Amino acid sequence: MSPEIARLILQATADTLYMVLVATALGTLFGLPLGVFLATSRRGELLSAPWLNGALGFIVNATRSTPFIILVVAIIPFTRLVAGTSIGTTAAIVPLTVAATPFIARLIEAAVREVDQGLIEAARAMGASPLQIVAKVLVPEALPGIVLGLTLAIVSLIGYSAIVGVVGGGGLGDLGIRYGYQRFMPEVMASVVIVLIVLVQGVQSLGDRLALRLNKRLRHA
Amino acid sequence: MTVNAHAPITADAAIPPSDETEDAIIRFEGVAKSFPARKSSAAVHALAGIDLAVPRSSVVGVIGRSGAGKSTLIRLVNGLEKPTAGRVIVDGTDVAGLGEGALRSVRRSIGMVFQHFNLLSSRTVFDNVALPLEIAGTDAATIKARVTPLLDLVGLADKRGRYPAELSGGQKQRVGIARALATQPKVLLSDEATSALDPETTRSILDLLGTINRELGLTILLITHEMAVIRAIAQRVAVLDAGRIVEQGDVFDLFTRPQHETTRSFLAAESGRELPAFVADQIRDEPIPGGQVVVRIVFRGPFATHPVLSQVTRELGIDVNILGGAVDSIAGRPFGTLIVGLPNDGTSLDKALAFLKERDLDTEVLGHVA
Repeated sequence: MSPEIARLILQATADTLYMVLVATALGTLFGLPLGVFLATSRRGELLSAPWLNGALGFIVNATRSTPFIILVVAIIPFTRLVAGTSIGTTAAIVPLTVAATPFIARLIEAAVREVDQGLIEAARAMGASPLQIVAKVLVPEALPGIVLGLTLAIVSLIGYSAIVGVVGGGGLGDLGIRYGYQRFMPEVMASVVIVLIVLVQGVQSLGDRLALRLNKRLRHA
Repeated sequence: MTVNAHAPITADAAIPPSDETEDAIIRFEGVAKSFPARKSSAAVHALAGIDLAVPRSSVVGVIGRSGAGKSTLIRLVNGLEKPTAGRVIVDGTDVAGLGEGALRSVRRSIGMVFQHFNLLSSRTVFDNVALPLEIAGTDAATIKARVTPLLDLVGLADKRGRYPAELSGGQKQRVGIARALATQPKVLLSDEATSALDPETTRSILDLLGTINRELGLTILLITHEMAVIRAIAQRVAVLDAGRIVEQGDVFDLFTRPQHETTRSFLAAESGRELPAFVADQIRDEPIPGGQVVVRIVFRGPFATHPVLSQVTRELGIDVNILGGAVDSIAGRPFGTLIVGLPNDGTSLDKALAFLKERDLDTEVLGHVA
């Protein structure tokens, strides 16, 4: 493999990591409050707001049901508005974040719903406000589940990031398509796949280990 | 003078309130609670016509089967449930009329322990006990000063850094009790606190609650489905059945002279009250010539500890055949039940019953055996 190609792979890996990590961070920033709200706002729940819950749930479902490649193209005006351009690695972060936010919100909702209702009751009996219950009970207790959810989100985003090549987003997937497939360079394709496998494996085992360490429900964690 | 419950307020004010009313830290007045009908279910009347007073520094138990409304009743005290009618007065405040904000500060003066402990798995023992103080905005130094002696009190000083998953059920409930005491509450609510524990652990937790009641003077309102819990620590008891209090009063009176069928059925499981199986199998309603009359004698009052049966034998010359029974103490007073056989010879039974009645012992003829 020529040094030229090795440099390309290195650059693509950096681009992928940059896009995925920034999109995950932003997706968590928006998805965490959204997910917690979805998990606590049905009728009779802690932040009971059934109409808003229904409306947000619909938007989340609508975003999640749009195939990612269509989403990327459909929101180009929005991307241009936010990033100043619709082309390039930084611009690709916008559709990735838009896709990641509802996904992360649903994963966090699921994790928060796993928290025993008895803990909410106990906190209410102590005189906790709804926000204190969220901050001191729900999020800390759901943390192992949230970490596993974010791990899943990162792995999914690594897959999504291959698609943003269509808007010049760069990254490993893009390199694989342009060099490996279109220029028929199987060694590039193979390298891209190997790097992706290593990335996904690494992220998953890191996430698993962190979640295990955070999970105090297991005696020997 | 006739006492009129509906007398005008001016007339009421002239009558000094009874000690019980005066000193009640929790008072239910005509409380009802129903849950509205839903698409799939009819309206549920969980509680109706509840009048109950919990004297300051006492231990009051509410006993009932599952579904009787006990959980709803105890949750009315800290406003986790709102009554549909009536007032729930805690230390002079009607909690039913408070908004969420005001309720939150009232709740800090009411501790609660739960059947399933409800400890945070992500927090250590120390941090679990500290949680109500954090919620109240207490500073770290005060929290440390408050939590450490509480861990000593419940005997978990050496477990402060452990997580709930590393503790036994009894230890978890000790953490729950320490946590409930952290804000120095006026009242402790116990929601089936021992129902998930084995008998030995139950006893140690009840001992701890009793100690807290005596040493801190803390009022305890507990709900349970076990008479043994009531007997171990309560001074007063209310029996709840289908959302109504069917009987309430002093624990000793209620145990020894139950009036309501529900109370009797709770007591049936208590040792010594039931007929032994070998007697129950052959007992008949009609007298058997030359057989025995089966009588239950309840020992309470001043003669409870007297050798009454041997007196029957010695003074009346009647043989007494003991078939079953148990002697115990309730709320610190001796109490026993004996099931005996008396000869069916036409005179012995009446003489013996009269003798026992003179000594203020309750008797009941249960039937006849050969």
